[in-house]
Amino acid sequence: MRLGELVPAPVARLPWGVLLLLTAIGGFGTVVLFSAAGGSVTPWASSQALRFCIFMGMAITLSWVPARIWAAIALPGYAITLAALFGVEMLGAVRGGSQRWLELGPIRIQPSEFMKPFIVLAVAKFYDMLPPNETRKFGAIWPAAILIGLPAGLVMLQPDLGTALMITGGGVVVMFLAGIPLRLFIGGALGLALFIPLAVNYLLHDYQRNRVLIFLNPENDPLGTGYHISQSKIAIGSGGLFGKGFGNGSQVHLDYLPEGHTDFVFATMAEEWGMVGGLLLILAFMLLIRWGMNVAHRAPDRFSRLAAAGLATTIFYYVAINLMMVMGLAPVVGIPLPLVSFGGSAQMTTLICVGILMSINRASTRQPSW
Amino acid sequence: MSGPIKIVTEAAQSFSFSRRATMLGFMQAGVGVLLASRMAWIAVAENERYELLAESNRVNLTLLPPRRGWIVDRAGTPIANNRTDFRIDLIPERLTDAEATLGKLSQLLALDAEALDRIRRDLQNARGFTPVPVAENLDWDRYASVVVRQPELPGVAPTQGYARNYPSGAAVAHLVGYVGGATSDQYKETKDPLFLTPGFKLGKDGLEKALESTLRGAPGAKRVEVTARGRPVRDLETRRDVPGKTVRLTIDAGLQEYAARRLGNESGTVVVIDTLDGSILTMASMPAYDPNSFSDGISQIEWGMMSSDDHLPLTNKALQGLYPPGSTFKPATALAALRSGIDPDRTVYCGGGYQLGNRFFRCLGRHGSVNLHRAIARSCNTYFYTMGREVGMDAVAAAARELGLGAEYPLPFPSQRYGTIPDPAWKLRKYDQKWTPSDTLNASIGQGYILTSPLQLAVQTSRIASGRRLMPRILADAPIVAPMLDVPPERMGLIRSGMDEVVNGAGTAVRSRLQLDGIRMGGKTGTAQVRRIAGGARGGMNVPWKYRDHGLFIGFAPVEQPRYAVSVVIEHGMSGSGAAAPVARDVLTYLFDRQRALDSLAVLEENWGGDIRARMAVKADAYRAARANPAPVDPATDTATPPSGNTE
Repeated sequence: MRLGELVPAPVARLPWGVLLLLTAIGGFGTVVLFSAAGGSVTPWASSQALRFCIFMGMAITLSWVPARIWAAIALPGYAITLAALFGVEMLGAVRGGSQRWLELGPIRIQPSEFMKPFIVLAVAKFYDMLPPNETRKFGAIWPAAILIGLPAGLVMLQPDLGTALMITGGGVVVMFLAGIPLRLFIGGALGLALFIPLAVNYLLHDYQRNRVLIFLNPENDPLGTGYHISQSKIAIGSGGLFGKGFGNGSQVHLDYLPEGHTDFVFATMAEEWGMVGGLLLILAFMLLIRWGMNVAHRAPDRFSRLAAAGLATTIFYYVAINLMMVMGLAPVVGIPLPLVSFGGSAQMTTLICVGILMSINRASTRQPSW
Repeated sequence: MSGPIKIVTEAAQSFSFSRRATMLGFMQAGVGVLLASRMAWIAVAENERYELLAESNRVNLTLLPPRRGWIVDRAGTPIANNRTDFRIDLIPERLTDAEATLGKLSQLLALDAEALDRIRRDLQNARGFTPVPVAENLDWDRYASVVVRQPELPGVAPTQGYARNYPSGAAVAHLVGYVGGATSDQYKETKDPLFLTPGFKLGKDGLEKALESTLRGAPGAKRVEVTARGRPVRDLETRRDVPGKTVRLTIDAGLQEYAARRLGNESGTVVVIDTLDGSILTMASMPAYDPNSFSDGISQIEWGMMSSDDHLPLTNKALQGLYPPGSTFKPATALAALRSGIDPDRTVYCGGGYQLGNRFFRCLGRHGSVNLHRAIARSCNTYFYTMGREVGMDAVAAAARELGLGAEYPLPFPSQRYGTIPDPAWKLRKYDQKWTPSDTLNASIGQGYILTSPLQLAVQTSRIASGRRLMPRILADAPIVAPMLDVPPERMGLIRSGMDEVVNGAGTAVRSRLQLDGIRMGGKTGTAQVRRIAGGARGGMNVPWKYRDHGLFIGFAPVEQPRYAVSVVIEHGMSGSGAAAPVARDVLTYLFDRQRALDSLAVLEENWGGDIRARMAVKADAYRAARANPAPVDPATDTATPPSGNTE
């Protein structure tokens, strides 16, 4: 611990590797947003960088929260967030439209964002409380299913398919790790395969259904919903191995790529930085997620283990769904690329996840993990 | 959940977690590898395709219409050239408020209601970035007034281009045709984006249409970087157009214009052929439209006026008009007689007609005893009835074909009509009837089933004049075809000397003798019956214009060493000697003494009310005025009085 001789112990004990990795991703994202604005720090790069610093500070603060506190607030936090989701749903119904935000004075809160970590914590807490020999009984399933189904259903009503998918995915992955019989997941996957066509036909909103159908055949609608996918693939594909160079991406600068600073920021990046930039970014995210999974492996108790793996997987969902979306492997569902896409919500959720992971990491080891 | 319930201990649970978490980790890594491969696939394997797509996104290719090749006369004088054209187009995609923009434009450009209607209609049918023409052929001030206001007129695109220009206007209309924008059908056929380019015109008729591929050239291109919404960001590079090739004609532009002017208010044609090589020196058909205004797209009113005119200004009568040649056919019958071995000195007695069975075929007079020479000079029907019967219709038809009647010529015109030279086989084929002796009599004097075009009459004349089987040519680089005819030259000379007598001796056209020293014109008049008039009356002054006889004349000069052959047809001109021969005389005079011909024309045009342009303008104004407040029409007088054209 030579570092400890120069800096105070609490600082030295921070997981510097992860913080550097996050800063690299966030910094790169800011650079991309700088280019997307045509070489200007406004309107995106500067506020994104500022927010990044604030949320990083928040993550470090969260890392000092003792891990057992997370177990304690898991269910109450979940309940409050669920109530908030009900709240927006009611408000939305009153206002006769979709509603995702809760406006409390000057602050706009999107409760569905908070649900992403809290669903993981809540399901993890449930299985933590469950006696080990109950795990393979039916009683191990339905309460978790309700825990997941309520918020997922509410978010679907907003309607926000992407977030609903992530909440479900976060909860289900914890169930999987908790030891629910494998055949249920296999059966569930089969059931889903049967259910998806029905869901597409009856449950989804028209625009959501269109996105799915267009995804299957984007050339059918080159100027409508398929336009996003087509233009995104053109941006990535035309970047080639090394990209067109910083500030030279024609797709985003000439407005061919819609949402080039939010959901499709990866395409903006890939056009200018090429496959090299894209693979580095994917690698960085994979390192971050692997670190999270390692935290889970080392975690001292069942709750921490489940929570850590679930939170790492939540970050994974963000990255995987967003990249599959921009590369034409999945329908456009509106999931941003964390820390790179302009916008505070995903940034905040990701750094909350990282903060809790760092807190669990601190509890599991006396040394810095890296 | 069936089966025995396994007892799960905490240790087992922890083991199960590690196993499943590792499995999850591998699944995540798998997705990571999938994403990385997808990335590599798109960026490397499909790079070329997407680069092209990105480039076609970025770059908007605007075609620059090629400058059309010139059409020049034998001396290089332009018959059709290009002038700078200022035009305004609308790009529908970039319009924000169509009505407001149209309102401003109609103020700036003084657009009338008719034009605005057309633009609105075009806008409704237009797709995306296909421009809709607003106004062409603007003067600089109008054009500039739009250019300076362009920032407040989104979607308005002023461009400088080239427009087709015909210096002698209507005089060459039927010869060269005109150009116009491509139709949507033409675009669908070719899918050539040039057809959608504003300002691009292609040949619609005449030589412009027939020689389209030579005249068109290759378009240039302007590459502009544009945003997704079509806003131009910067110009990339511009490729110049390749102008179309110049086409040189055998036409003499001065003669062409003179001939057209000399036709005056008549509906008629003049064709002059050089008897040395078959070159068509002039091919005028009047009245005509102004091809300059046709190129800009004519208005409904203009179109209505043209298509309702009984003088058929939309028809090229030199190629598409078919007329019974009347007496101008007699040289062909004479040739048939000579070829069949008839002695030219043999006389036939003309007592005023020819008795065939119980029918009497009339002659125009009582000529007494006539030989071939006198028969041509006096246009004696009786002589040719006799010869026709004697040699037979097949021989007459063969002689006519030898002279080029009823033939197709290899000329670059989109539509020609070839007429009819009938023979017994033809009649059997066409009407399933036997040829009769009276058919032969009618045909021998150029009536009956015979139909010829004015061009064919000129070719016939050129062959009589030269003794060679001349092929008419209009492109200066077309081959000269002139083998000897199957007639001994001295025999053809007999026909020519008869025709000399027509004009210069005791013939039918002595009033149309050339007023030139030492140059004589030979010729033959013809008067073709339009319809049988009851009571044997000829189609003269006392009948409506459209029932009057056509006046025809064929001629050549100089008589001794023919150089030029001419045919003139004046529709409903009543007689060849009165209407057609004087025109032929003046046109040939132009070739030998330009000033004298122009002087005599000046006098005529003063009486007619100015040159072609002036008279067309007066006529158009009158038509507009008449349409604006139509006068009550008296049905009785409407049919009885001749239309204005002939009496002005």
